[in-house]
Amino acid sequence: MRGALVTGHVDPGGPGQAAAESRDPELAIASSGLTKRFRGGQLAVDDLDLAVPKGSVYGFLGPNGSGKTTTIRMLLGLAFPTSGSAELLGVGVPDGVGRVLSRVGSLVEGPAFYPYLSGRDNLARYDAADRAASPRTSKARIGEALERVGLTAAAKKRYRHYSLGMKQRLAIAAGLLQPRDLIILDEPTNGLDPQGTREVRSLIRRIAADGITVFVSSHLLAEVEQTCSHVGVMRGGKLVFQGSLPELRRTGAARISVRTPDVEAAAKVLRKLGLVGLAPADGEISAELGDDAPEKICAELVHAGVGVRGLSVETPSLEDLFVGLTGEGFDVED
Amino acid sequence: MSKTETGMTADPGATGPGASTGPGAATGPGAATAATDPPPNQEISPDGGDAGIDGQAPASVRAYGRLLGSELRLVFGRRRNQLLLLVVALFPLLIGIALKIAAPSGAAGGGNGNANGPNNGSAFFNQLAGNGVFLTFIALTMLLILVLPVVVSVVSGDSVAGEAGHGTLRYLLTVPAGRTRLLSVKYLAIVAFATTAVFIVAIVALLAGVVMFPVGPVTLLSGTTVSLADGLLRVLGVTLYIAVAMAAVGAIGLAISTLTEHAIGAIAALMILVVGSEVADDVPQFAAAGPYLPTHWWPMFDSLLRSPVDTTTLWHGLASFVVYAVLFCLLAWARFTTADVTS
Ligand SMILES: Nc1ncnc2c1ncn2[C@@H]1O[C@H](COP(=O)(O)OP(=O)(O)O)[C@@H](O)[C@H]1O
Ligand SMILES: [Mg+2]
Repeated sequence: MRGALVTGHVDPGGPGQAAAESRDPELAIASSGLTKRFRGGQLAVDDLDLAVPKGSVYGFLGPNGSGKTTTIRMLLGLAFPTSGSAELLGVGVPDGVGRVLSRVGSLVEGPAFYPYLSGRDNLARYDAADRAASPRTSKARIGEALERVGLTAAAKKRYRHYSLGMKQRLAIAAGLLQPRDLIILDEPTNGLDPQGTREVRSLIRRIAADGITVFVSSHLLAEVEQTCSHVGVMRGGKLVFQGSLPELRRTGAARISVRTPDVEAAAKVLRKLGLVGLAPADGEISAELGDDAPEKICAELVHAGVGVRGLSVETPSLEDLFVGLTGEGFDVED
Repeated sequence: MSKTETGMTADPGATGPGASTGPGAATGPGAATAATDPPPNQEISPDGGDAGIDGQAPASVRAYGRLLGSELRLVFGRRRNQLLLLVVALFPLLIGIALKIAAPSGAAGGGNGNANGPNNGSAFFNQLAGNGVFLTFIALTMLLILVLPVVVSVVSGDSVAGEAGHGTLRYLLTVPAGRTRLLSVKYLAIVAFATTAVFIVAIVALLAGVVMFPVGPVTLLSGTTVSLADGLLRVLGVTLYIAVAMAAVGAIGLAISTLTEHAIGAIAALMILVVGSEVADDVPQFAAAGPYLPTHWWPMFDSLLRSPVDTTTLWHGLASFVVYAVLFCLLAWARFTTADVTS
């Protein structure tokens, strides 16, 4: 799989990729043209071509309201797509959910359990609903899952009395009741304190270390930056980038920034050199570096008699790229 | 008031075994309960077929039993529902005590002065002093108006909507429990709970009646006297008939429950529907529509308390319940298997 700015920012290449990908056995999740329009007319997910490689930790990023949860609901057979198709582990959904979902653990829009049951009884309830689960091993598997998320001591406590972090961990434990090939987590750190966030993050790492594909959504880049190998970026229901983290980094053009008392003269030189994206400011001007060597630009400036007080090259941070992809910033859309 | 209506939707299944009389009617409702179940059960087979590729049929049947057990534990283990059953058990006791105090002399010949009851309640009251068995009929008649429908409404209205409201529905479906499989289990649990509630009323009333009043051969509403054993068999028949009636209410509740994620809303809607139907059934102008109302055939269980048993009315009642149950189970299924779960 290769990185591509899906909405045609760059790289129009990769013809027919979507069609080929949906048959790719190396993909844990594949969708083509996946679209969801709610009854009110709201286009929540718009023509999504997801390609999540097996074994990857895929960060599904986007501001609130960009369609992440709706996408996940469609992947899990909870919501029915308006058009398009999707496959989990090579099985078409929603038709095949009965076959494939027992290999998929999930957390959608926060944990949900019966408040009047204990943590253990809650897990037993979900386990009982699973056709593929053996009742003989149920007790051991539940104990193991609780152990894995560190809830053994609180297993007998009613869910009602759990802290937010405990609730989140119980939800992840429910996802770990069976051996899984894929874990889908929708904003798993939402509402958690830093300690809880750290716990969930290390849990994701441990899951991934077992070779399980992890698909994790977040509206915070920082959340996934440290754990993910791949990212998909959503904006207004559309996938605006998909690829590995290095690929995302490469899409960021380095900028050269010149400190000078004569901004106008500097701009003239830079323009003559063919640089684009000029951003003149007070006592400083920056532009996209392109393929030119910074030292050559410096020489040209000096040659033209522009007083150069300082010169620097900056590669945009992931955060900058992210903000660029998703619009003004976070939590402002819709 | 137990008139024989012929306008009821014909049900071939109901006319078939219509040859059965008196005690045979007791098997009637039982058969009807079974007839209520197939629609959900039939839907399981395709699901089971999926699983059947690796596991044999028995495995999927066992898995179904496990989910049903879990559902029953959830419904019967819930404090609120246990409280409902307790309340249902207390009513026959209170009714018995009240009637004992009201008529301590045991004078059997009391005139039928209080004809204000909309149904056969008053006839039973007159009989009670002479025979404790009648406390069953009195308790069932009184609780059938509101208390039993409330109990069934709470459990059925909550069944899907409650899971949606808690968000547990999305996790059950991603387990994956299977939409049809889950819905059928939900309905079976509703039927089990409703049947339990009806039997609790009957059994507590019977025990209280036996303790507080004399017991002997039963004088039926038609004036004939039958043996105590025959009378008890009729008690069983009446109880099963009402259980089927409540199973039909449960199906309506299940259908409403699939429409919302607010359990309280679903419960209230079903209660309004039941009370509305009961009121409409009492309005003479609606007489033509009466037989089609879901509550119309509820009190017709008194057909079992005549000799010979008025089987026509009885079968019409059961046919009505089965039609309602099947229709609303199908509606619930159509909705539940196609709706987005966005809770
Ligand atoms: N059940 C629904 N009915 C109508 N619109 C909805 C529904 N669920 C979500 N939406 C809309 O779809 C868009 C995407 O929402 P969502 O998938 O929850 O975004 P995210 O998870 O990225 O925050 C939002 O604009 C939201 O208002
Ligand atoms: Mg969301």
